[in-house]
Amino acid sequence: MSTISSSDSMVIPGEWHVRYNYSVGKVAGRFFEGLKDRKVFATRCSKSGITYLPPRAYCERSFEPCDEWVEAGQEGVIEAATIVTAQFEGLRTPPYAIAYVRLDGVSTALCNFVEREDLSDVPAAAARLKPGVRVRVEFIPEPQGRITDFHYVRQAV
Amino acid sequence: MAREIVAAIGTGQTEFKRHHSDKTYVELAQSATKTALEDAGLHPDEIEAVVFSMAPTQFAGVNDIDRWAIEHVWGAGKPFMRVHTGGATGGSAFHAGYFHVASGQYRTVLVVGADRVAETPDAQHVLNLIWDKFYEQDFALNTVTMTALAAQRYMHRYGITEEQFARVVVRARHNANGNPFAHLKGDISVEDVMASQRVAYPFKRHDICPRSSGAAAVVLANLETASQKCTSPVFINGVGAIAHSVFMGDRLGFWSDTEFADHDGCILAARHAYRQAGITDPVREFDVAEIYDPFSSFQFPQLESLGFCGRGRAAEISDRGGWDMDGVVAVNPSGGTLCTNPIGVTGLVRHIDAVLQIMGRAGQNQVSRASKAVATAIGGSTQFFTVSVLGSDHVGIGRGA
Repeated sequence: MSTISSSDSMVIPGEWHVRYNYSVGKVAGRFFEGLKDRKVFATRCSKSGITYLPPRAYCERSFEPCDEWVEAGQEGVIEAATIVTAQFEGLRTPPYAIAYVRLDGVSTALCNFVEREDLSDVPAAAARLKPGVRVRVEFIPEPQGRITDFHYVRQAV
Repeated sequence: MAREIVAAIGTGQTEFKRHHSDKTYVELAQSATKTALEDAGLHPDEIEAVVFSMAPTQFAGVNDIDRWAIEHVWGAGKPFMRVHTGGATGGSAFHAGYFHVASGQYRTVLVVGADRVAETPDAQHVLNLIWDKFYEQDFALNTVTMTALAAQRYMHRYGITEEQFARVVVRARHNANGNPFAHLKGDISVEDVMASQRVAYPFKRHDICPRSSGAAAVVLANLETASQKCTSPVFINGVGAIAHSVFMGDRLGFWSDTEFADHDGCILAARHAYRQAGITDPVREFDVAEIYDPFSSFQFPQLESLGFCGRGRAAEISDRGGWDMDGVVAVNPSGGTLCTNPIGVTGLVRHIDAVLQIMGRAGQNQVSRASKAVATAIGGSTQFFTVSVLGSDHVGIGRGA
């Protein structure tokens, strides 16, 4: 008579490889075209008065189409930030700073990296990037029409 | 509006740890199911429907893994659905099970799930993929960095320190010592937390939950069945849930009607649940809170949004021991999510721990004369919030909205 015996350490390895092609659509397409010209375009709903970044086709408050494209300011204010000092698989090599910034003239905050900061003293860097601190948009030398075409830098830097 | 009174009449959990090398995913789910059915005194044939609690399946590495589990949880030949709202999944699945019974459609429902978060070496790579591909994925957002952003904002708004977050971890690890199912246990100090490796400001390694494997199950029943089968049924007297936009930036800034740092989805969800349950003074009425806290920063804004104290006040109450086992309200006497996070069932575990408290079966962690508890779960880009009110007595039906 046999019994079930187990080898506790046995594992079978596996990996997933999945490729995608994401359709950008008209709204994001217009936004990305703007980035090539070093401009950040937001959509606005005249009924609610809300200006959206990322741009939206419809206003989530009024349930009406966003009926206007407006150019966002290239300066704004930090609403939240963090300094990352650990490596996550597949993500950027640390250290780096992430912030949500509300650009001038826009109702919502947009995520991006904050570059050219001294991140060696983490709490001190987090304090320099506290909510309310002003930053500006800085484009890369040759914009490609991607969200990574720009990042934020503190105005004092 | 509920047509039937609903009670939890049996629970099951496995031990939670990094790896269960002796069981497959579905065998874990089966193990918790068997325990819950025996606890409820029900044969599998007496379960009329199954709700499966499972969040992203990429951690465990089998796509839509719930389908693999159907026969193992004795779901074949019955209505079966999977619920997935990220970290809030267990709360949403519990609610779905509640609605199954409250509607009068089913007398008994099994809510069950399992997770193996550490089957893949780095869960945060997968979690980055929940964000918008065009605008946000490129910026290293994941559940750690997302929560770090909210925590930095919360600290700035209310003058909270890293040490105050660290005290939450100290309390959680201490409480977990008495929980036979908890993953991380053993007393640590504020200094230990502060000295652990920095990950994403303000978080150090010890501010962050472990990646757990394990399973959980609960049997829900209508009043008639509960009265026949269980001497200490725990009644579900209120449920509330709210979803927000995936864009956290929509919840930041002066114009927004919700505030990212405050977990204020809990205000809206609690309002619904409290109205149904007749809760008007949470801090006096609740004996236990089992709230979703995978990071040390999650308790304060959540306790405030649940109405336990004023905005920005939870940290100083924590410093004075107000959320300890013998405090004003026992917050996560189980050790909470900071000590155990099997993502797909974490919310369910919060509910089970609350049920065990009210049944008087929480062992070493038992809060004396616990009769009312609140349980929460939060998921996605801090965008799904569930709140449940549980009690030893039922409030009747037809109350509230």
